[in-house]
Amino acid sequence: MKEFNPTLAKEIFIEGGRLVDPENKLDFQANILIRNGKISAIGSEIKAEGCEILDASGCVVFPGMFDMHAHLREPGREDQETIQSGCAAAIAGGFTGLCTMPDTNPVTDSRSLVDFIKSEAEKTMVDVSPVAAITKGRKGEELAEMAELVESGVVAFSDAPRSVAHTNLLRNALDYARMFNVPIIEVCEDAELAAHGLMNEGAMSTRLGVHGIPGIAEDIIVSRNIHLAEYTGTPMHLAKISRKKSVELMRQAKKQGIKVTCDVTPHHCLLTENDLANYDTNFKVKPPLRTQADVNAIIEGLIDGTIDAIATDHAPFSPEEKQVEILVAPFGSTGLETAFPALFTHLVRTSRLSFEHLLEKMIAAPRKILNLEVPQLRKGNNANLCIWDLSAFRTVVPDEFYSRSRNSIFLTATMYGVIKAVINKKHIWNA
Amino acid sequence: MNEHLLGLEYCSKEEIESMLKAGFSFKEVLSRPIPKVPTLRGKTVVNLFFENSTRTRISFELAQKRLSADTVNFSASGSSVSKGESLRDTIRNIEAMKIDMVVVRHQSPGVPYFLTQCTDSIIINAGDGLHEHPTQGLLDIMTLQEKLGTVKDLKVVIVGDILHSRVARSNIYGLQKLGAKVALCGPPTLIPVQAEQWGVEIFYNIEDAIRWGEVLNVLRLQLERQHSGLFPTRREYAHRFGVTLEKLRQVDKEITIMHPGPINRGLELEHDLADSEFSVILDQVTNGVALRMAVLYLKSGVSTTEQAISQKK
Repeated sequence: MKEFNPTLAKEIFIEGGRLVDPENKLDFQANILIRNGKISAIGSEIKAEGCEILDASGCVVFPGMFDMHAHLREPGREDQETIQSGCAAAIAGGFTGLCTMPDTNPVTDSRSLVDFIKSEAEKTMVDVSPVAAITKGRKGEELAEMAELVESGVVAFSDAPRSVAHTNLLRNALDYARMFNVPIIEVCEDAELAAHGLMNEGAMSTRLGVHGIPGIAEDIIVSRNIHLAEYTGTPMHLAKISRKKSVELMRQAKKQGIKVTCDVTPHHCLLTENDLANYDTNFKVKPPLRTQADVNAIIEGLIDGTIDAIATDHAPFSPEEKQVEILVAPFGSTGLETAFPALFTHLVRTSRLSFEHLLEKMIAAPRKILNLEVPQLRKGNNANLCIWDLSAFRTVVPDEFYSRSRNSIFLTATMYGVIKAVINKKHIWNA
Repeated sequence: MNEHLLGLEYCSKEEIESMLKAGFSFKEVLSRPIPKVPTLRGKTVVNLFFENSTRTRISFELAQKRLSADTVNFSASGSSVSKGESLRDTIRNIEAMKIDMVVVRHQSPGVPYFLTQCTDSIIINAGDGLHEHPTQGLLDIMTLQEKLGTVKDLKVVIVGDILHSRVARSNIYGLQKLGAKVALCGPPTLIPVQAEQWGVEIFYNIEDAIRWGEVLNVLRLQLERQHSGLFPTRREYAHRFGVTLEKLRQVDKEITIMHPGPINRGLELEHDLADSEFSVILDQVTNGVALRMAVLYLKSGVSTTEQAISQKK
């Protein structure tokens, strides 16, 4: 775990970078002057006036990304991650905003927990938006005090990483949430169908002798949730879909004008069940890695807009928990520090997805789903941006993580995109 | 030749043939007045059994003793495992006591491979979850070769709970590599998804399987499966998938019956069938020791079979 040392960003001159801001349809070479945390000037003619110069020649500058699905483990499992370490990992991955998932211990289902998360987040460079549990203790039995939670500042509700099993309770949550302008985020998995499963059910699970999680465990809940969203009219967001079938269902739902959005994780865009051939538990994630046909459908869905956003599902685990036999290893991979380089390398550099598309899914889309302000490279705005050298590459090694955990699904991969600096909340972090 | 024996999927035809050939040589050793050779003298083998097993462990242990190896048994209950020690720590501690080979049985698939990543010892898979049980696959093939000469073009039906069977997987890979034709027979709930990828026939009643096959390798039905709703009753299972003398007599050909044990008599096999002239079940058990001697010997890295065996003569 590396030490994270940001400094105050009083006056910074970012020189010679390529500025990309899909929200503003900007892509040009210019300098940026930042004063007291705000962008005070942008242009190729502006000059540094005795302030700190950040050489961005050969680099790309774009607004800070937003991860709408991060498990930061605090309170409860500070050995895996804390809000501090998770936010350091986020900055190191170019994310200036994120949602904390409510599966903390105790569960984030009350004002005091939300207050705690917010106060810890104050000390970081990240804009942290807590997501609270839909049901008390995430038990799926009774609704949490949603109104008070909205007042205390949560931006969405979710029982992640679980789905709300009782359809009637979820229907009530959706109806009740119509009073507020916050979405319900559902992870789509039928717990009964998925029980005992460790990986995607299919040719590979049969070969490996590993209990499978059938694709229908996702399809059924995606379908159910789309019906609920249509019926209740409350915006619903389906987190980390992984199936071709889910993409098709979402495409159809959007055509019908149903208020439903969705995201995928970087690993579901890039990896398949075949990566589990050696029973490497870093590949044991939920939803499970699927097939190449599913990966292709997901990329198709990113291109045509069926899939709105990309979220990391950052799920840190200690080595004692993760470096064990596949039967008992927990599901999940860290993701904040590898998401952008992985996708840039394997989707953008291979011309499967445009750079603008990728940025849109990681900067504006998640914030819009959550009704949050989208940062822009514009004079007068808060400086909220990241700077990357996209021609440089490096190998993912455990010792270089800012996260407290090392269970990365991309360990040992070599990826393009090395971060140089991030500016947000009047601070700068230089890599 | 692979250093370890993780599964028959990962073995070449030649490797399988050499293990079988050595198996027959060791079977001859077992018929001597003193059925013991000094082949693995000075070698230490640990039997690491995280799952209850009597037969496989005894078979391995006898094989080790007949080869003059030093053996140590480790079982999960009453060990450090029940105190919460991780598998990685367990194996590293055992390795630190200077051992040469580990025979491992574990409920999680992939554990033998996992162990190769955290130790330098040679790993022999004695059954990992639903994945593979390669020595069982080999001893089944050895028994068929012994009775029928060759398994090439032989039609073998694996009957029963294929989904939860590591024996089935090892049999499929081993038999197919040696040119046999394999079919599966059982209720659809007990046949894994996309089993067709193996290029096997699939039968949903035992009569069809008997008409097709020359060998029935009948698996043990694990009774607890009934409670998870995979089939209705033992009665119905026995009726549709149980092998009986009457069903065997309906075809005019010789059928060989195998079973990896322990048998549920009256369920998958009619009461007396296991003791009938159709059955090679006890030959399987005998061959198991010889075959495991062969595997231990070949994987240990000591000299050739001929030398090893002739030392005693």
